[in-house]
Amino acid sequence: MKSESNLEKVLTDSTFAVTGELGPPRGTSAGVISEKAHYLKEKVDAVNITDNQTAVVRMSSLAASALLIREGLEPNYQMVCRDRNRIAMQSDILGAYALGIRNILCLSGDHQQFGDHPKSKKVFDIDSIQLIGMVKKMRDEGVFLSGEEIAEPPRMFIGAAANPFGDPLEFRVHRLAKKIAAGADFIQTQCIYNMDRFREWIKQAHDMGLTEKAYILAGVTPMKSVGMARYMKNNVPGMDVPESIITRLKGVDKKQQASEGIAICCEQIEEFKEMPGVAGVHVMAIEWEKRVPEITEKAGLLPRPEPS
Amino acid sequence: MVKAEIKQLQEIKTSVIGYSSILITGCGGCVSVCLAGGQKEVENLVTKLRLSCKADTAPKNIGGMTVERQCEAQFLSQLDQEVPKYEALISMACGAGVQYLAERFPDKPVFPAVNTAFIGINKDLGWYEERCQACGDCVLGITGGICPVTMCAKGLLNGPCGGPQNGSCEVSKDIPCAWVTIYDRLKAQGRLNNILDIFAVREWQNQTQGSIVLDAYKSRYTGEKK
Repeated sequence: MKSESNLEKVLTDSTFAVTGELGPPRGTSAGVISEKAHYLKEKVDAVNITDNQTAVVRMSSLAASALLIREGLEPNYQMVCRDRNRIAMQSDILGAYALGIRNILCLSGDHQQFGDHPKSKKVFDIDSIQLIGMVKKMRDEGVFLSGEEIAEPPRMFIGAAANPFGDPLEFRVHRLAKKIAAGADFIQTQCIYNMDRFREWIKQAHDMGLTEKAYILAGVTPMKSVGMARYMKNNVPGMDVPESIITRLKGVDKKQQASEGIAICCEQIEEFKEMPGVAGVHVMAIEWEKRVPEITEKAGLLPRPEPS
Repeated sequence: MVKAEIKQLQEIKTSVIGYSSILITGCGGCVSVCLAGGQKEVENLVTKLRLSCKADTAPKNIGGMTVERQCEAQFLSQLDQEVPKYEALISMACGAGVQYLAERFPDKPVFPAVNTAFIGINKDLGWYEERCQACGDCVLGITGGICPVTMCAKGLLNGPCGGPQNGSCEVSKDIPCAWVTIYDRLKAQGRLNNILDIFAVREWQNQTQGSIVLDAYKSRYTGEKK
């Protein structure tokens, strides 16, 4: 074991892993985290805590991750390259480990132009692949990026994201390979709706031996409505929503669309369980945490292994 | 070349309120090429300020003079006779020129009349686009002659991020993704290997004031032997 992460233990035990996601509040309420955590408890192995997602200011992912630990859940601490330089990042990683955080997800981050401070200054001192390498260096070599020694290095289980749907399509699997070469232990993909494209991508990854080197968790986000599906298709960068999803949601009564969205999601999960190279699922129920118990139940993902 | 854009007249006017005489100084270098601060723009600004200041309180005496380049002392010296006649200066040069002018005449308040925007190219008549951020450690040989530091909205070196769709950057449908462009060009040249390896963390060269002394001149300025 590279870390003391529960997620790592689940994955190394060859159990089909489940991760969830929790967006910190736009305010100071620890209660919001408790409430959302309550829905996820015993339903997932670890919970991603987003880092100012879509470049909108929220409670820090570090603080929210620490609060999640208090609730008895394991965080997957997200860190983006947009807002911090290498000094701040390494410092936060030390602090995160001291607070009991054992998983880190290394991301580029959405451009600040999308957020509530569009004219803020971007940092991007290092990029997401370099961040992966930095965390690995801190863990495995016990040194900072500068080469200076760390007293009690942080033993993080290192995650990265992959988007099988972004341009250029042919490069996507190579980008995955770079992330794994840099030191990613696990990968969580962008929300998958285009199953054909995903099957093609995971096959490429599998053929290249990448799925032996890192655990790949397939990302899903249940659609709440046909409106949400249209929004995701047209407004969210890097999202590939086929027309068939929209048609299927349109085909049911408005009141039934949420259940239909969940049904689609569960069918996907059933397929992922059988798909070579897929080690688990990442359920991103955006501001819909309360439906995670239902999704995990229906998809046959419960009970989760007891964290030791 | 350096590209700049003239400021709004109101901002320029506001900056010189309270001075009775102003010399507007132009630059015949880059800002002249991009039609922001050359001789013609100086004449234009002199006229506009004179007209718009008639009804106002100040300044009454507005002059104009353009030198070949404000980033060079030899050319700035041409202003030595003229500057003492005025209370304050407006510079239409880039940020470098403004500062060199202010350094030469330290007792005169200097106000910029242009916003220095970027190092760029002339895309077409009156259309300029950024191409270089002067990072001090050029990677264009690896990236197919397309700068990821400048052209990628996130300045990624191991790009592309997860955002690009239909070849466009996640920031705007009108901006091509730098990494899609890099990928396409390297693929066409059979050089994709360039971007399959990990690009290591950079040691940024532009985090303190830059300074270049050519080897041949080292002894002249530092006493160091060649």
